[in-house]
Parts: sequence; structure tokens; C-alpha cells
Amino acid sequence: MTAKKKTNEIDTSTMVKNPPKKFHHPYDELLRKYAIPTIYCPGCGIGTTIQAFLEAITKYTDIPHENIIVISGIGCTGRASGYINLDGFHAIHGRAIPFASGVEIARPDIKPVIISGDGDLFSIGMGHLAHAARRNIDMTVIVINNSIYGLTGGQDAPTTPVGALTKTTPYGKISYPFNLSQIAIANGATFCARYTVYEFTPLAKAIARGMNHQGFSFIEVISNCHVNFGRRNNLGDAIAMRKQFKKARVRMTEKDINKDWHKTDIEFKVGVGFTKIPTGIFLEEKERPIEFSERIVNAYEIKKS
Amino acid sequence: MTIKLQPKVLTGTHFKNGNWAIVEGAIASGIAEFFAYPISPASEIVEYVTYRLPAVGGKAAFIVEDEIASINMCIGASWAGSKVMTATSGPGFSLKQEGLGLAYMTETPLVCVNIQRGGPSTGLPTFSAQGDYMQVQFGSHGDYPAIALTPWSVQECFDLTITAFNISEQVRSPVILLLDGDVGRMMEQIEIPKKEDLVIINRKRPPPGTDKNSFKQFDITGQDDLVPPMAHFGEGYHIFGTGLTHKDSGVPLLDEDLHSELIHRLYKKVEINNHLYPKPEEYYLEDAEVIVIATGISARSALQAVLDAREEGLKAGLLRLITVWPFPKEQIEELAQRAELVVAEMSMGQLIWPVERYARKPCLLVSRIGGTPPSPAMILEGLKKARKK
Repeated sequence: MTAKKKTNEIDTSTMVKNPPKKFHHPYDELLRKYAIPTIYCPGCGIGTTIQAFLEAITKYTDIPHENIIVISGIGCTGRASGYINLDGFHAIHGRAIPFASGVEIARPDIKPVIISGDGDLFSIGMGHLAHAARRNIDMTVIVINNSIYGLTGGQDAPTTPVGALTKTTPYGKISYPFNLSQIAIANGATFCARYTVYEFTPLAKAIARGMNHQGFSFIEVISNCHVNFGRRNNLGDAIAMRKQFKKARVRMTEKDINKDWHKTDIEFKVGVGFTKIPTGIFLEEKERPIEFSERIVNAYEIKKS
Repeated sequence: MTIKLQPKVLTGTHFKNGNWAIVEGAIASGIAEFFAYPISPASEIVEYVTYRLPAVGGKAAFIVEDEIASINMCIGASWAGSKVMTATSGPGFSLKQEGLGLAYMTETPLVCVNIQRGGPSTGLPTFSAQGDYMQVQFGSHGDYPAIALTPWSVQECFDLTITAFNISEQVRSPVILLLDGDVGRMMEQIEIPKKEDLVIINRKRPPPGTDKNSFKQFDITGQDDLVPPMAHFGEGYHIFGTGLTHKDSGVPLLDEDLHSELIHRLYKKVEINNHLYPKPEEYYLEDAEVIVIATGISARSALQAVLDAREEGLKAGLLRLITVWPFPKEQIEELAQRAELVVAEMSMGQLIWPVERYARKPCLLVSRIGGTPPSPAMILEGLKKARKK
């Protein structure tokens, strides 16, 4: 047998040894350096979202890092939990939410944060999301919506807009896409926000606000998959797609929506791209219903006699 | 609502069914959570546990949205430090297979009860069967070493549930409690021992003073039993678990050698801890010329057949398997050399596959499906036929 070449080992010969401080990542301590380089294509919105999450937990919330656990499912976004140096778990396809529910019920002091994709949470795992929202389990769901199944090579997802070209809709997508935020709210989420990857700081702040919220909080991130979605629909590279997000976003508040959730629908025109992406904090229940673990504790009192 | 605190171990003599005994065994073992989906004939378990568990100070026992959610919630709760159990029947067990694969890969201790019913598909929902035997070992994709125990009485339902939890905690692996519907629902006398007489073993934890930054969740350095100590979420160890092929730190690396090393270690881990699994029970084997091999309710029938055969002058014996996976191959190899083997089971012939493989000769199958175990008369006829060969 000939000597085997390990293809996925990093060639360290070209690496700079002991790089100066200015080359360090600002959240070096929160990343698993040995798991990097990531699998993401250059310019991918998932990296932006991970950075926004790290900024949220360091700058905008006081939750101790020991108590945060990052759970993801399968897909490009599914790998996110592996790069973040906190407690983490990479669950099977679509089952990140039940796993997180189990953790939260066993240890109510832990804050599970789910970072996963639209295919994972809204296609194969849709049932679990609805039930976790209904129970109002204390968790934060960050769904990165890139309108496509990226990891498997660009097949159409339940979020792919009508008419969009993908590998499995060569004549244009026929069925209608989901409005993820509307689904989450309809099923009982008590916090819901949507931002594009272009709006970095508001996104980081919204993630923190969602984590501070006691109950089921939902944050939708509109991301660019320029390699599998943008390329086939003539939307340009990562920068061009983000510029389009900048143009298309419409900031909306709870008052603007006034419980007509159809106002939050994303609009997409074939050949043009995204023409309207409503963003902002869509819902924040001030007088919150009590979250699930607390309800379990309060449900009955044990009489010791 | 105010509920009265109940004792954790109901010491004394009871007249109850197998499903009741499993719940009592699990509560005596110290489960904190229970997640399941209702399915006949396992519904009694979830009905009783939702009444019992809150009253002994358990955290939560409730019905979840589906079978897939229940197994994944169990894995999550186990990683957060709880002892957990779920219960189901054939169709639900099929749905749980991917989750069970994840539990084997991430070395998660948990117990899954499968009260078998007639299949395939919806089959005979309220009837008994022994048709999930192969599914336990080969149901999930890929290679994994299953551990499965089969009780044959209500008393054993209680005892083996505790054993199943002890094995799963010690080996850091899921354990399947494989019952046929008859054993789950038949009523019998059961003796629950005193709390201090029960042996309850908890999982191996990182020793105090372990460096939290360099701790690795799957590191077996210095572990003779090949079982890595388990850290839990929220303790500052920054642990990571994945179903992907992973290094001892838990971080995925898609590498041929690493995968081979990992899967071989999982198999070796289950093999090396062989002394923990209950040995088969022997009846009249010393001078037996023909031996029947059976589990669960079929073994009760087979014991009667052996007694009848002895009365007729036929030197028959019974080997009742308790640990059905890993398969007790040495014993079968040894018995096959000195006697003819008969397998009695409530399926079209699943247990006979490994028996014939290790006996290295054809064995006789006494099979009956449709909800009734093979009768003593059927097995006796089989014994006579095998002897004549």
C-alpha cells in the first residue's frame, strides 16, 4: 500500500508563526481554532451571523458563557456549533430543537441557542419548531435563511421564491415559499425579529434581545448563498447580493405591521432579485406568558407528609 | 395543584403488569425525565410514568409531538446530566432509529423500551410479537454495537430495567429493553426489594480538578474499560458532540483511519464490558440431547415443552437468552457441538439467524406469528423432530 495523503489536513508550512496581535480575530477566545478553516465559501452570510452571535453574547447580554449552549442541525449552518468554543451539539437533520428542548427541561438554567438553516428547521424539522414555540420553551432560534439547500449543492428549499432557478427547478420554482417569521409567530413564538446579513449591528442586538427574552425567541437572518442561489439567478457575488439586501430591506415595527403578518412577506422578482425584505423586530410580548420550565415548576406543589 | 410525595421505591409485594414494573424500575434507577409518544401496547408506560414521576420529585414526564422528538429530547437531557428513558412499540422504534444511531455515535447513556407488536407497518397494534429482534441491531444505518435485554416475567421487567440503566451508564451507550407485548401486559406477582438493597450505578464523570480547557469528551486515555468519562453541558468544559466521525475532542474530521478507529473502539467497548451483561439462563442442559433456544414469552412456552419432553423420556433442555445483543455466541458454539438446536420464536425466523451462524449447522425453527406464542405442543413436536434427524 502506498503512503496515504490526508487530504483534509492543513498545510501549516505557509502559516505565519506567532502572528502580531492586530491579525488576531476579535473573538479568538470564543472560536475553536483547531476546527478552522471553516467549510464556508468566501463571502458566505453564515460567518457574518456567527460573528453577530459572538458580538451579542460578549457586548449586549450578561448571560454567562458557561450557561450558553449552541445547537445546530445539518447543513452549512449546521456546522456553526462546531466553530464556536462554547458547549455545543451538532444534532441530526431537523432535530436540533427537540435536542435543545431536552437540555432546557433537564437544566432550566442553561440557555440553548439554535443556529441552523431554513432547510433544517423549516423543512425536515418544521413539526418540532411549531411545538417548541407552542410550549414556549426558553430557547433562542436563529435561522439563517439563504433560500436554498446549500450544502447538498443547490436544490430548491421551502424558502425558494417562485420562479427562481435551482438545480432541481431548472424551469423555475413552482410552489410558494414560506414566510418563516409568520410561521413562528403563528405557532406561539413570543419574540420574533428579522434582519439581513447586511444589517450587522441591529442583528447582533436583536440576537441579544432575543436571548434576554424569557421564552421562545425567533430570529430570522436573510443570508446570501451567492454560490448556489445567486449564481443561478444572476444575482452576482456576495457583495452584489448584500447590496441588494441593503436596497430591498424595509424597516418595520410592531406598530407598522399591526398584526397583519402578510406585510412581512419577502418579494422576489425573477431576473431582478429581492425587491422587498421587511426587517426589524416584529414581535416582542411584553407581558410574557411564563416559559415552559417555569411552568413545570409551578404546575404542582409536592406535599411532604 | 398539590400532590402528595410518594416513595421512590415501592418496597413490597405487588400484583401488577410488566409495563408497571418497567416504570418502577426506571424510577428506582433515578430517572429525571421521560419523553414518549403514545403507542399501543406501550401506552401504559407513559400513562403511569406521568402520574408517578412528578410525585417522586422527577423533573418532567410528558407526551411530546412525535417519536423522533422523544428520542432526541432524551439525548439532549442525557447530555445535560439526567438519566432518561423513552418507551415505544415497533412503528415508533423504526422512527427512532436515526436518533438511536446518534446516541451510539455520541456515546449517550439512555434506555429505550420497545414493547414489540405485530408488523410490518401498523400490523397488529394490540397483539404481541418478537419481530424487532433484528431491527435492534441493524435498524439504524451503519455499524454499531447494540445492547438489548429481554425479560420474560414481570419481576424481571423491574430487575432488568435497573440492570439496563446500570449498563447504559457504565458503558455510555443506549440500551434497548426488548419486550414482547405479552410480557408487557401480563399480570404477575412482583417483589420490589428495599431501597438499600438495590444496586444503582451512575456514569463516570471527569475527576475533580480536571483542567476544563483541555478536557476531551471522548478521550479514553487511562480508561481500561474504553469508556470515556462524561462531562455535562453548563459545567464549563466546552464539550461538543456530533454524529459526524469525530476526534476525541468531539470535533468532526472526515478521515478514513479515524472513522475505522472510532467504530472499532465502540465495538471493543461493548465487547470488553461483557461481564456486565446478564448471562443466559440454563434449564436441564447437563444431559440434554436437544436444546430449545428462546426469549421472552416463547421461553415460558418452551420451558413447559421441555418438561413435557422429559416426561416422555426425551432429554431436552432450554437456553433462555436474557442479553440478546451482543449475541452470546460462545455458549451457542459450545452447545451446538453436543446437541441439536431448536429455536422457538414469534417471528418468521429472526433469532435463528445468529444461532445458525454460530452453531455452524442448520437448526430447527418453531415459529408462530399473529399474536400468540408457539404453544408447548408445537415446541415439543419440534424437539422430537430435531432429535430424529
